[in-house]
Amino acid sequence: MSGRVLVGVKRVIDYAVKIRVRPDKTGVVTDGVKHSMNPFCEIAVEEAVKLKEKKLIKEVVAVSCGPQQAQETIRTALAMGADRGIHVEVTGKDYDTLGPLQVSKILAALAKKEDAQLVILGKQAIDDDCNQTGQMTAALLDWPQGTFASEVSMEGDKVKVVREIDGGLETVKINIPAVVTADLRLNTPRYATLPNIMKAKKKKIANVKPADLGVDLTSRLEVLRVDEPPQRQAGMKVETVDDLVGKLKETGHI
Amino acid sequence: MALRGALRLLSGSHKCAVTVSRAQGTSAAAHKGTSLFRITGRKDAKVAFSWRDALNLEGQLTEEEIMIRDSFRDYCQEKLMPRILMANRHEHFHREIVSEMGELGVLGPTIKGYGCAGTSYVAYGLIAREVERVDSGYRSVMSVQSSLVMHPINAYGTEAQKEKYLPKLARGEILGCFGLTEPNHGSDPSSMETKAKYNPSSGTFTISGSKTWITNSPVADIAVVWAKCEDGRVRGFILERGMKGFSTPKIEGKFSLRASATGMILMDEVEVPQENLLPNVSGLAGPFGCLNNARYGIAWGALGAAEFCFHLARQYTLDRIQFGVPLARNQLMQKKMADMLTEITIGLQSCLSLGRLIDEKKAAPEMISMLKRNSCGKALDIARQARDMLGGNGIADEYHIIRHVMNLEAVNTYEGTHDIHALILGRAITGLQSFTVDK
Repeated sequence: MSGRVLVGVKRVIDYAVKIRVRPDKTGVVTDGVKHSMNPFCEIAVEEAVKLKEKKLIKEVVAVSCGPQQAQETIRTALAMGADRGIHVEVTGKDYDTLGPLQVSKILAALAKKEDAQLVILGKQAIDDDCNQTGQMTAALLDWPQGTFASEVSMEGDKVKVVREIDGGLETVKINIPAVVTADLRLNTPRYATLPNIMKAKKKKIANVKPADLGVDLTSRLEVLRVDEPPQRQAGMKVETVDDLVGKLKETGHI
Repeated sequence: MALRGALRLLSGSHKCAVTVSRAQGTSAAAHKGTSLFRITGRKDAKVAFSWRDALNLEGQLTEEEIMIRDSFRDYCQEKLMPRILMANRHEHFHREIVSEMGELGVLGPTIKGYGCAGTSYVAYGLIAREVERVDSGYRSVMSVQSSLVMHPINAYGTEAQKEKYLPKLARGEILGCFGLTEPNHGSDPSSMETKAKYNPSSGTFTISGSKTWITNSPVADIAVVWAKCEDGRVRGFILERGMKGFSTPKIEGKFSLRASATGMILMDEVEVPQENLLPNVSGLAGPFGCLNNARYGIAWGALGAAEFCFHLARQYTLDRIQFGVPLARNQLMQKKMADMLTEITIGLQSCLSLGRLIDEKKAAPEMISMLKRNSCGKALDIARQARDMLGGNGIADEYHIIRHVMNLEAVNTYEGTHDIHALILGRAITGLQSFTVDK
């Protein structure tokens, strides 16, 4: 067992920012807007660092795909306790069309190259809400997956994952190597301490291109249009129940 | 560290949800939001103005300083802000925050070694600004521990003293206080009445006297006390809780910095072993060195409090409708906010310059006096104006501003009053001292 865990971290628009659609309707405004690490990725990093502190794994490698600024996100993961980082450089048009399929191809290639025994990701990103990358990565690697994890424990050559599902909680035991995606209640991410932030400066971030990993970034999706949600319309007040029923019939609701 | 606060709200682990949501409503928008916005792809690409960061302080900080500030800002907003309302109302000091800050490594951050982070003075300033954005009392606790207890031990103490006290102080395991001010001697510490007499037979000093307005003293484990020795020179001593004759009564009826514990240090013939003397300084240079260290942090901190008041007043006046329009539509309101924005922005730039000078070892004490005085005076004005803008709601502690108004009265006064710093500068400008009546 290599004892190595790969953690994917995504740089997204900060949750507290008011999103604005670009005038040309091709996407949202990202220039000059505050970005930070996807909250579910924070939870993933925290889980990996916790496993290392319990001495169940030996090394945490943080990975991010994107332009130069993705390094800031990796740096944050290093400040939280990751050992080293890998920045997969994706810029320009490729970055605009970068989606779960492309990222999972990259992560699958890296997982093999780094001989990872576990890949931990956030369950979804707060910008696209896809909830696909973890599942696709597991499929490409033909590894088992424990998604929506609210509890993770290592048991020898298996991982026990308690999953949050619609009906409640489901416990699965999967073989290592595996892919796990973190859900909200898995843990509470730590604040990066001053000494750790300063140590993070010295940790290495390797630079890799998707071509080096033999990954083709072509997207099969085309964004046609991005619109803001429709403005909320004013409601209508009626005097009696009969009026209400009448109105509902009128508008074809019943 | 983005969603932590909101995540915890969702998972229901917050006790005072109402307070948090109200605080989040007013201050969350204030902190996380758009900074400088660049419209690219046009020949005459314009840099838009950001009222949150009018002179692009962000662009003048290193990546490390930004990470330190962001991480600590999250802690302050998520962990300190929810406690402060009741802590201030009921005058309760949360001793735990010292240990929490110790865990984050923000105590004595500029000290190298001994379990301290060894970071820049600019980072120290950014840390102080974030704590004081929540409360000046909390920032006082941090300043005392870092600049007035850890710093003198580090700068003037023996290796043994540093090994004994600094790591524990850094972790927040023990809490310290700084005893200089006396009931009859505030602005003129050189006339202090606390005496230290050396006993050659036992190798101890006997210290008697009283100190007042000492932050942390009622719950402190150690005290760095300044006393006049028989040769007329002022020297520093480390006193420990439990020494016979050492007591620290709390000062009651305090209407400022209520979230921090303040008291006296009463010393009735306290026997202090000579190993507890800080040997590497004598005279007032000792305490003044510490005070300058703290004053620098206060210069940044006071602006954090001012920023909070400005941002809250802005949001309040945008939300509150009178005569059919938001209060912010009014010229009187806008003028007040323009003044606040200007002073805060200029103040922060000056603090950044000073921090860089200190890091390059090119700073003089008068520079620190000038900025402590400016930041505190301007912050107090801003807080008072903001209070006025909130009208009746401005006197309710739920809107926080009145608490900052109360606190900044003390901040403007301690560590050298506004007027005293003016005299320090006056002497530097004219060469003539005006502290005393004789020549």
